[in-house]
Amino acid sequence: MSAKPYGLIATFDTTPSVYHAAEQVRDAGYKNWDCITPFPVHGLDKAMGVKRSNVPKFSLVGGILGFTTGMSLIFYTSYISYPLVVGGKPYFSPLFAFPVAYELTILFTAFATIGGMLFLNGLPMHYHPVLKSSKILSGMDDKFHIVIESSDPKFNLAQTKALLEKVGGKEIQELEA
Amino acid sequence: MAAHAHPSAAQPAILNEVNPTPFPRATLVENNRSFGWVTDKISGIIEGKTPTWWWVCFVLACCVASFTVAGITYLVSTGVGVWGHANPVDWAWDIVNFVFWIGIGHAGTLISAILCLLRQKWRTSINRAAEAMTIFAVVCAGIFPVFHVGRVWFAWYLFPIPNSNVIWQNYRSPLEWDVFAVSTYGTVSVLFWYVGLLPDLAVLRDRFFKAGNKVRSFCYGLFALGWRGSNRHWSNYEMAYLILAGISTPLVLSVHTIVSFDFAVSLLPGWHTTIFPPYFVAGAIFSGFGMVLTLMLPLRAIYGMQDLITQYHIDCMCKIVLATGTIVGYAYGMEFFIAWYGANPNEGFAFINRAFGHYAWAYWIMISCNVITPQFFWFKKVRQNTALVWILSIFVNVGMWFERFVIIVTSLARDFLPSSWGYYSPSIVEIFTFFGTFGVFSVLFLLFIRFLPVMPMAEIKSVMPQADAHGHDHH
Repeated sequence: MSAKPYGLIATFDTTPSVYHAAEQVRDAGYKNWDCITPFPVHGLDKAMGVKRSNVPKFSLVGGILGFTTGMSLIFYTSYISYPLVVGGKPYFSPLFAFPVAYELTILFTAFATIGGMLFLNGLPMHYHPVLKSSKILSGMDDKFHIVIESSDPKFNLAQTKALLEKVGGKEIQELEA
Repeated sequence: MAAHAHPSAAQPAILNEVNPTPFPRATLVENNRSFGWVTDKISGIIEGKTPTWWWVCFVLACCVASFTVAGITYLVSTGVGVWGHANPVDWAWDIVNFVFWIGIGHAGTLISAILCLLRQKWRTSINRAAEAMTIFAVVCAGIFPVFHVGRVWFAWYLFPIPNSNVIWQNYRSPLEWDVFAVSTYGTVSVLFWYVGLLPDLAVLRDRFFKAGNKVRSFCYGLFALGWRGSNRHWSNYEMAYLILAGISTPLVLSVHTIVSFDFAVSLLPGWHTTIFPPYFVAGAIFSGFGMVLTLMLPLRAIYGMQDLITQYHIDCMCKIVLATGTIVGYAYGMEFFIAWYGANPNEGFAFINRAFGHYAWAYWIMISCNVITPQFFWFKKVRQNTALVWILSIFVNVGMWFERFVIIVTSLARDFLPSSWGYYSPSIVEIFTFFGTFGVFSVLFLLFIRFLPVMPMAEIKSVMPQADAHGHDHH
């Protein structure tokens, strides 16, 4: 088991080359694989077959929670806990409660969006084989990489390596788990 | 672009296809730079030796900041009486300075959020520094409302924290709305900024690791949260960024709207007007872009960033200053018109008094700086003269400070009862406290340019021609 690598990493020099390579890896039927890019490449999600992100669901829940918190906070404090007549105005009205509820909607949405993004990405992550590789330096700078993980059912060291070579990958290396 | 038309056929009455005229796209990174150049250039600022000018500026900024510390220490140990406030002017420099600083912050959010939604790609070179400016401006703004309550150790009364008196905040008051608006604004600005920083912190982590600087690599790595540029991560990241931009847009508009409610919801002549929310928001963006120009032009010159902040970027910013400055000028005119058309003698008096009363000097400084100054940006020659743009941006900052002064002080100094009229002048303590906030701002901004990437590397790379996955053709 110890000798089994985490996966194979191949380097690409340009954006179009990694884009077309990703399409071919997707069509070859791989599931557990990834592209490492220094910036979000437009259209690469489609080329990889990545589905639309689920982050908005978190945002929606956060927003609803924020609005409810704002309204109920003001309802509780001004209508239930300590009703006080100020300027002959009602104890509670959604109109004067709106600005605070509105701000809390945005505040909670922001936290939920970022929390959701980190949760879906599994961050913070203390260790990852890609980070251990010396490739990460160029991967954060100006090169593009495709990583095919050995956990993929179709993974076969020789065949996968051949595929990566065929799609134009250079400097193909095994990643230490 | 007439490739689809039959060469021999006459032009049909209805075209099958309409192709827009090809318009040359502005280059966002000049001299055909590579991705690696962008990384080296921006990371190089942090990795290089601390320049002498940085130390000089830092020490100077610390000295200036000490004025705020001294002013506030004296205020807290003595009482709010050390400020020049007296009936009828019970709000003065504290609120002027608060609105001034919070307004400056708004350009940062406009650049990062609204221009992101509008797909204005030129924002990428300036958004990081502008967002930093937002956060530091909110810090400076926050000092004033917190300390003007007098007994600052009771400032937590602003928040709904259960206390032994079992009383709660008055949510019918716009001042309480402001507490929520400003604290949300500060928090969301920090979050948005941090999310943008995440991939760049990972770059620095790996570069410092390679250079053998384990301590700095660890520090950047801690905040990079293990980012590795995975495209599956980018997918969620981009969605999160888009949503943050989407919620920051109504946020930034609501914050200055609520700030203007502090005045508009009262019944004071000169304050009680419905034009305030849009007028304040336009003014905030105007002043904020003035400040962005004031900060970015020296930064561009010092670090040789001409390829990243191009003449096109400066043109865009000048045009926004021109547009918002003109909106502000229109609002000044409209205020006067409504004061006359509304036929309310008190309202009419408030405006005549602004322009020709005891504070006329402040009013005309405001008009010259805010209405006349931006009109110079109609001319290409002016926009291309960096030194002149910088000087004009200073005038914008000055003018917008005076706008808040005119609105707040002139209305209060001449209220309903002539027997209580007064003339407000600031005390030396107020002047020190305000002067010092420029030091506080500079200290924070200098630390930012020394330790964090001043431009978002990943975002700049994504708008370069090489980033196009379908190949690129040179225009």
